[in-house]
Amino acid sequence: MLPDLGPVVPELIVAVAAMGLLMVGVFGRANATRTLCGLAILVLFVALVFETGLTGTRAETFGGMFVVDGFAVYAKILVLIAAAASLAMSIGWLRREGAERFEFPVILLFATLGMLMMVSANNLISLYLSLELQSLSLYVLAAFQRDNSRSTEAGLKYFVLGSLASGMLLYGSSLVYGFAGTTAFDGLAHAFGNGIPLGATIGVIFVLTGLAFKVAAVPFHMWTPDVYEGAPTPVTALFAVGPKIAAFALLVRVMVGPFSALTDQWLQVVVFISAASMILGAFAAIAQSNIKRLMAYSSIGHVGYALIGLAVGDQTGVRGVLIYLAIYLFMTLGTWAAILAMRQKGRAVEGISDLAGLAKTHPGMALALAIFMFSMAGIPPMAGFWGKLYVFMAAIDKGMVTLAVIGVLTSVVGAYYYLRIVKVMYFDEPAEVLDHGGGDGLGFVMGVTALVILFFTLIPAPLVTQAGAAAATLFGG
Amino acid sequence: MIVQAIVFYVLSAVLIASGVLVISVRNPVHAVLFLILAFFNAAGLFVLNGAEFLAMVLVVVYVGAVAVLFLFVVMLLDINLLRMREGFLRYLPTGALIGLILLIELAGIYASWSFGAAEPGLLAAPAPDPGAVPNTDALGRLIYTDYIYLFQAAGLILLVAMIGAIMLTLRARSGILRQSIAHQLLRSRASSIELRKVPRGEGV
Amino acid sequence: MDAMLREYLPILIFLVIAIGVSTAFIGGAWLAARQRPDIEKNSPYECGFDAFDDARAKFEVRYYLVGILFIIFDLEVAFLFPWAVALGKIGMYGFWSMVLFLAVLTVGFIYEWRKGALEWE
Repeated sequence: MLPDLGPVVPELIVAVAAMGLLMVGVFGRANATRTLCGLAILVLFVALVFETGLTGTRAETFGGMFVVDGFAVYAKILVLIAAAASLAMSIGWLRREGAERFEFPVILLFATLGMLMMVSANNLISLYLSLELQSLSLYVLAAFQRDNSRSTEAGLKYFVLGSLASGMLLYGSSLVYGFAGTTAFDGLAHAFGNGIPLGATIGVIFVLTGLAFKVAAVPFHMWTPDVYEGAPTPVTALFAVGPKIAAFALLVRVMVGPFSALTDQWLQVVVFISAASMILGAFAAIAQSNIKRLMAYSSIGHVGYALIGLAVGDQTGVRGVLIYLAIYLFMTLGTWAAILAMRQKGRAVEGISDLAGLAKTHPGMALALAIFMFSMAGIPPMAGFWGKLYVFMAAIDKGMVTLAVIGVLTSVVGAYYYLRIVKVMYFDEPAEVLDHGGGDGLGFVMGVTALVILFFTLIPAPLVTQAGAAAATLFGG
Repeated sequence: MIVQAIVFYVLSAVLIASGVLVISVRNPVHAVLFLILAFFNAAGLFVLNGAEFLAMVLVVVYVGAVAVLFLFVVMLLDINLLRMREGFLRYLPTGALIGLILLIELAGIYASWSFGAAEPGLLAAPAPDPGAVPNTDALGRLIYTDYIYLFQAAGLILLVAMIGAIMLTLRARSGILRQSIAHQLLRSRASSIELRKVPRGEGV
Repeated sequence: MDAMLREYLPILIFLVIAIGVSTAFIGGAWLAARQRPDIEKNSPYECGFDAFDDARAKFEVRYYLVGILFIIFDLEVAFLFPWAVALGKIGMYGFWSMVLFLAVLTVGFIYEWRKGALEWE
């Protein structure tokens, strides 16, 4: 009668720890936020250790609502790294902004829990509930600086458009349920195996739309620049990686799993949003002068590249997506650490022009940021190049040459604005010097991620093998 | 059976009419009242389908709490009615277009309707006959055992909602005298009254 | 199914009577009474002088906080009904499942209490 709790141990740890930290925060000393953040990072680390212990098994529990396989473990490790890194980056930020409230790490843990549950969702209902848990926590985090009108605006915009996306997802799910008679992913795959009614197609497209909102793919991206700009910077760092990876894992699992029989129907949509995201991400970012907005458009572009892998839809394609997401995680975390380190006279600045002459004043940070920019642009030998290469190769193998060509062309356009940042840092005269010190782990995050990006070329095997194995589990391999 | 059909059509007609009125009446307070009417009619439709628990939840939660909160919002905010209605005509074509697309899709769905019961083996838990097992009972047998994962996830979502609401709106005020009942009760004669011998004619 | 619906027949009859009576009263008053409205009669009455400002004023966000917390606990209670009805069939597992659910929300309640969200000041 009692469900098998083995596969959910990491989630249980995060959930219990979040509630425990809440109690510690409310009963403990007034200024324990720093300690609580540290404890939360520890919890995420423990969850990560238990997660790696689940490698190589495929287990369903809670009557098939929750599934753990190689794919889930891979994505969850990425999510946990993202959450821990953004939490580490926020400690210093919270102190400097005078926003040390102990709810921050607690809500962040709940958001992480939602992401973990999303990755493991194996039923339309558990998909929806985990997505809501994640989104609700993130709405609160976006509006965390409640006395800052930009932050509250970001929270409200995120909330309204996120609810719209959830509504579409629900509408689609109910159509799918109505036509298939089940919400379980295995059952859906079985039901669509023999004939696909028109209504189910519409339902699947609605589900796809809802998830495209969550990963911020064009044309459902319009909230991204405003939310990224307005939300507190460490929260934006989390937005750029955690929820995106989780929603992407969910999208891949839903599309190649239960809806694989409808590939002909959703393929055109995925191809379109992939191409549109790449093109918009490349062109709209050119005109940006605020680095947070620029990164928002950049992330839209990256979603487009990763979607190529989904459009390919086979094991190589999914492997490409997984490699891309891992590399995207590291270069994005590093870039956001650099953005968080941009402060003038104790105030955070966000203009690209504020980076002028960084190479002379902060050579280390400039070098790291240059590495991330080269990687984002996809210039060899940085890791970003390999990420793009794997998805493009998968697309060409499948005969989707057009998509690969669009990808290459938009990479060239995108390289313009990434390299512009490098140019500003290395060749412009410094206008006003950024503050020194006050790193609080930012330097650590930047250093580690820069090393990963730089040396991935030398030892790509572990990641590629892991991603390959994870992709194989999704295809019954 | 004929009574059932009549009730169905009356409830549906009133539901649709009040739905239209929600978005078209001038006064937002009236709009919320029509929303409540719509909720009641939807609850009636639920009862007709044997889903009495959903009907009661709709009345208790939506009418009793959500609609009251909506009323709070529209009555207690200084909304400028004229400003709010500006642009109604401007957005009407777009809204109408989206509505039309959804309508066409619904028509398509209706045309292709074949019930999911074509795969009865897939149903996780077929709904029992409401006459034999009441809807509330049927739900109760499933939610807390078969669907415990979803049930606990719902609990966590409610917890996050609670924390979030408090975190975003609660402010500690300074300079306010608070009543501390425990403090008042702990006050003893010894700590508050002091007896002094006052010499006559000199004051304290 | 029909037997179940028949149990709701009294409510239906009650509703029909209620609607009928209220329509009769309002309609009767509207038909029978003399009505000569003018601007003065229809204007809001505020102790004889002109209204100072709009009836709508900004209220404090604390009212909404109370409302939202109420909704959350309302939903929690809604989960208790099917549980109570089916408790005999779902056994100890179902019982402890609900206890766990309540424990999670109790954590929230303790937080709420300690934060002073329930105090009005």
